[in-house]
Amino acid sequence: MAESTAPANDLAGAARLLDYWAIGYRRTWKGTAISSFVNPLFYVLAMGVLLGDYISGDPGQLEGATSYLAFIAPGLLAGQAMQTSFGETTYPVMGMIKWQRVYYAMTASPLSVRSVILGHLGFVMFRVGLTCGVFVLVMAPFGVFETVWGAVLAFLVQFLVGLAFATPIYAFSAGLKDESPFALVFRLGMIPLFLFSGAFFPIDNLDRWMQVLAQATPLWHGVDLTRMLTLDTVDGSAALVHVAYLVVLAALGWLWAVHRLSRRLMS
Amino acid sequence: MSERGPRVRTVSTVDADSMIHASGVRKSFGSFEAVRGIDVDVRRGEAFGFLGPNGAGKSSTMRMVAAVSPVSAGTLRILGMDPATDGPRIRARIGVCPQEDTLDTELTVRENLYIYGRYFGLPRREVRERVDELLEFVQLTEKAGAMVEDLSGGMKRRLTIARSLINRPEVLLLDEPTTGLDPQARHVVWDRLFRLRQQGVTLVLTSHYMDEVEQLCSRLVVMDKGVIVAEGSPLGLIGEHSTREVAELRFAVGENEAAASKVEDLADRVEVLPDRLLLYTADGEETVARVHERGLEPVATLVRRSTLEDVFLRLTGRTLVD
Repeated sequence: MAESTAPANDLAGAARLLDYWAIGYRRTWKGTAISSFVNPLFYVLAMGVLLGDYISGDPGQLEGATSYLAFIAPGLLAGQAMQTSFGETTYPVMGMIKWQRVYYAMTASPLSVRSVILGHLGFVMFRVGLTCGVFVLVMAPFGVFETVWGAVLAFLVQFLVGLAFATPIYAFSAGLKDESPFALVFRLGMIPLFLFSGAFFPIDNLDRWMQVLAQATPLWHGVDLTRMLTLDTVDGSAALVHVAYLVVLAALGWLWAVHRLSRRLMS
Repeated sequence: MSERGPRVRTVSTVDADSMIHASGVRKSFGSFEAVRGIDVDVRRGEAFGFLGPNGAGKSSTMRMVAAVSPVSAGTLRILGMDPATDGPRIRARIGVCPQEDTLDTELTVRENLYIYGRYFGLPRREVRERVDELLEFVQLTEKAGAMVEDLSGGMKRRLTIARSLINRPEVLLLDEPTTGLDPQARHVVWDRLFRLRQQGVTLVLTSHYMDEVEQLCSRLVVMDKGVIVAEGSPLGLIGEHSTREVAELRFAVGENEAAASKVEDLADRVEVLPDRLLLYTADGEETVARVHERGLEPVATLVRRSTLEDVFLRLTGRTLVD
């Protein structure tokens, strides 16, 4: 007869949560499937094709892009990774702690807080992969990718972009008593980031101080890195800085998340 | 192996039948001390209760025992292990039925049990078999496909109990198992817990219902304000701290105090509650007759046996449920 055991490590513990997330997603996937396909299509059509018609595509002004659509496609992609992470690490995290209290059930078992977070982040990464994968497929016919490899790498980079947002926002959500700050997080955090981090226009257009501000945001690093890959204009040292920035942010967010959720569940 | 080596006797300080050992255990939250030094030993096969009012420190104690809340001071051993270093190994071998439901209401009854079994590292097939058995045990087989959202409070409780048994725990911790349930649902839960007790599962429960503890527990501690004020069997504690019977006298509003002074020599002890007098005596009927002889006419009288409620009142001067 099989015996109940403690997992060998935090990752093995997180693997035990696979069935939980799979069963939950089987119930909800239909609700998100359509929007995750239709949303990127609408953005590409409205912003890229229709608005792009009015914007002359001088590659010099558009960081090397031959059309406005090709310029904003990587911005929209990185924005999609960010928005998916925001969505999956705000209300859902609060629900698991406060409304359904599912995390309390998980930590009453042999699973550690780290395993619980890893499991949840694993699901966030699955969602990022799904929404960004759809995005890449929708945009491909519009000829926005210079090379196939660029498209593949641009897709893979979205996991890093997503994680760099997921861990700190997860940590923030894990310590909240109620959900009211989320409205501000979206309106004053996510939307301005999306609008001003170089997704829709080259940040050279901003005033000097705003440019510095934009370059300090994680989304700009994600957008710029993605754009290098889709336009095949990779600058090695700049790419390294982008990756390092995102890795450090994800790592700090992870440490903060473990701290906040441990204090919440295991005090 | 065909050959057996010489038998090695291992001398261990770990007592295999010690389920819980607590000595001087304290729990503080900032400047507030919820548990102020308790000593408890629970042995295999016991049904052990923590009885006390809300805020006595019962739930804080249970969370420490469940290895999800570190002790602030003192020594705690669960199944011989230290929760500070062996939390996951302890949690693999205990069952926890928390005070507030932690079920996933968007999943079905069966799914809730299934996913929980997976947390314990049990293979999928094994979990499925256990889920069927447990659904049968808590009489929820017919509800297996229902969403948890649609269950009654009593059914949710039974589901939580079934879930806590998925790993065949050596100790089952139940924090206020029937709080918030109607009387009928409480009796169904008690019946299931009684069966577990008969099967030899070690039960540890907290409650502020004295009848729950009297029915289920072979031994209990009475907690108040973070300390243990008495320990023993339900009957033992009643014998030690109360009389055999209690005569309850209800007078008109505002007259209880005055009446108390006229009857205090008729009983071993008289307690004045806001709505009635309690006369502690060996023979309640006799005492009521003597009260009437003195020309006192209570609005209502009731003679009953002493309960743990009386023990608590005696020890703390307060009632359990207020």
